[in-house]
Amino acid sequence: MKINFFPHAAVAFVLVTGGCATMQPGPTAAETSREVESLARKFPPGAKAPTDAEIVALLKASFKDSPSAKLDRLDQTPLQMACTEASRSGKPLEEKVRDSLQAAALAAVKYPADGKYLGDWKKGEAIAQNGRGLQFSDAPGAVAGGNCYACHQIDKKEIAHGNIGPSLTGYGKLRGQTEPIVKYTWARIWNSHSFNACANMPRFGDAGILTEAQIKDVMALLLDPESPVNQ
Amino acid sequence: MKTKLIAALIATLAFPLVAQDAQKQIERYRELLADGNPAELLEMRGEDLWKQKRGPKNASMEACDLGLGVGKVAGVNAVLPRYFADVDRVMDLESRIVHCEITLQGFTMAELAKRPHSLNQSERQTDHEALTAYVVGQSRGAKVNLPQSHPKERESYLRGEKMFFFKGGPYDFACATCHGVDGQRIRLQDLPNFQKADNAQRAFTTWPAYRVSQGAMRTMQWRLLDCFRQQRLPELEFLSPASIDLITYMGVKGKDGIMDAPAIKR
Repeated sequence: MKINFFPHAAVAFVLVTGGCATMQPGPTAAETSREVESLARKFPPGAKAPTDAEIVALLKASFKDSPSAKLDRLDQTPLQMACTEASRSGKPLEEKVRDSLQAAALAAVKYPADGKYLGDWKKGEAIAQNGRGLQFSDAPGAVAGGNCYACHQIDKKEIAHGNIGPSLTGYGKLRGQTEPIVKYTWARIWNSHSFNACANMPRFGDAGILTEAQIKDVMALLLDPESPVNQ
Repeated sequence: MKTKLIAALIATLAFPLVAQDAQKQIERYRELLADGNPAELLEMRGEDLWKQKRGPKNASMEACDLGLGVGKVAGVNAVLPRYFADVDRVMDLESRIVHCEITLQGFTMAELAKRPHSLNQSERQTDHEALTAYVVGQSRGAKVNLPQSHPKERESYLRGEKMFFFKGGPYDFACATCHGVDGQRIRLQDLPNFQKADNAQRAFTTWPAYRVSQGAMRTMQWRLLDCFRQQRLPELEFLSPASIDLITYMGVKGKDGIMDAPAIKR
C-alpha cells in the first residue's frame, strides 16, 4: 500500500501548532498553514524531488553522442557542480570552497612559453567576431572563435554586442601594458574562474576553446595601443 | 510583405547608429514583421494534414486527444505539457502529436523522429512542423495554465527546474547563465529571464515561431535543441525526457500568459 503522507501530516501539524499558539510564542496558525500550503504546492502527494544523480542520468538519456560533442560533456566538474548549486539555491559558495576553486584554476594557467603575450589585433578582432566552434553542428576539431562580442562591447564601431560581460572598450588605454596587467588579462582569458569561481565566461585556454596563438591575438585586440579598442 | 521586410532590414543594418538608436530600429523592424506571418500558410497546410486520412491505418488525426478531450484542438497548447493516463507520463504537444500519428495512423516512431525539423529555407517545411503550427495556432488567446496536481506533472517541473540550472560542457553554461538575469543580451538579442513572470510569459507564449533569418517556422522542440547547440552540450534528442521537463518548467513559469503563437521573430 502506498502511504499518502502529506495531507494527514499537514492537517496534524496545523492542529497541533494551532493548539499551542495561545500558550507560547511561535508561528501563528495562519503562518503555519501558509507554509504547509506552499510546501504542498511544491510537492503534491506522491511527488518526489529529483536527486542530482537522477538529473545527470536523465540528461544522458536525452542527448545524442556525436563526434563533435560527446555525452561526457554532461559529467560535471566539481566546480560546475558547486556553481550549479550556488546558482540554483541563490546561496553564494562558501568562502573556503570558492578560494580553493579559484586557486586551483589560477595554478593551472599556462602562460606563453616564449614570453610573448601580444599577437595581431586584426586577427584578434576576427576571433572576437567568430561564434563557431565546439557545437554538435561543427566539424570535429574545426577552428573555434572566441565569440567575445556575444557578451562584451569591444571595438565601439561594432554595435551588435551583448551585455552579459562588462564593456572592454578602452581596455588597454585604461590599464596600460604593465606586466601584472598583461599576466592578469592572460589568466582571465585562459580561465576566468581563477578570479571568480562561478564566472559566466568560458575557460578559453583551460577548456581548449582557443589556441595559445589565438589568445595572443585577442590579447592584442585588448592591449595593443594600435587596436581600435584603444583609440 | 517581403519588400517591406527587406526595407526594414536595410534600415536596421545600413546606418551607422549608436546602440540606443539601433534598439529603436530593431523595435521598428519587429513591428513591421508582425504585419504578416508566413507561419499562417503553414498552419493552413497543417490543418489539411490534420483532417486528412493518412498512414497505414488510413485515419485522420481528428480522434486525437491532446489533453482537453478527443478531437479538441482549441486551447491545448496552454495546458501542455501535462500528464496523460493512457501512457502514464507527461507529454508536451509535439510528443502527443507524434503519439497520435503512431496510435491512430500507424506511423512508426523511427520514421517520425528521423527528421522532424526542416533544414533551411530552401527546403519545404516538414509535416511535423505543419501539424504543430496548426495545433498551436488554435490556442491563440488561451491563458497558459499547465496542470500541476498530478505527482508526475510536479516531478516534471522539479526536474526541469534542476536542469535549468545545470552547468556543463566545455563552456560551463546552464540555461540560467543567459536566462536567469534581467536585461541580458547576446549581441542585440534580448534574453528572457525565466525567474520573472512577464519574461517567461512572453517567451512561452511566442514559441513556436517563424524565424525570418531562417525562412522557416521553428517548433519549441527545435528551440531547445538550438539553445543546447549554442550552449555546447551534445545534441538534444527529439521528444527526449529532458526536453519535456524543460518545457514544463517554462510553461509553469509562464502561467497566465496569453498564447500568441506561432509568432514571428528575427
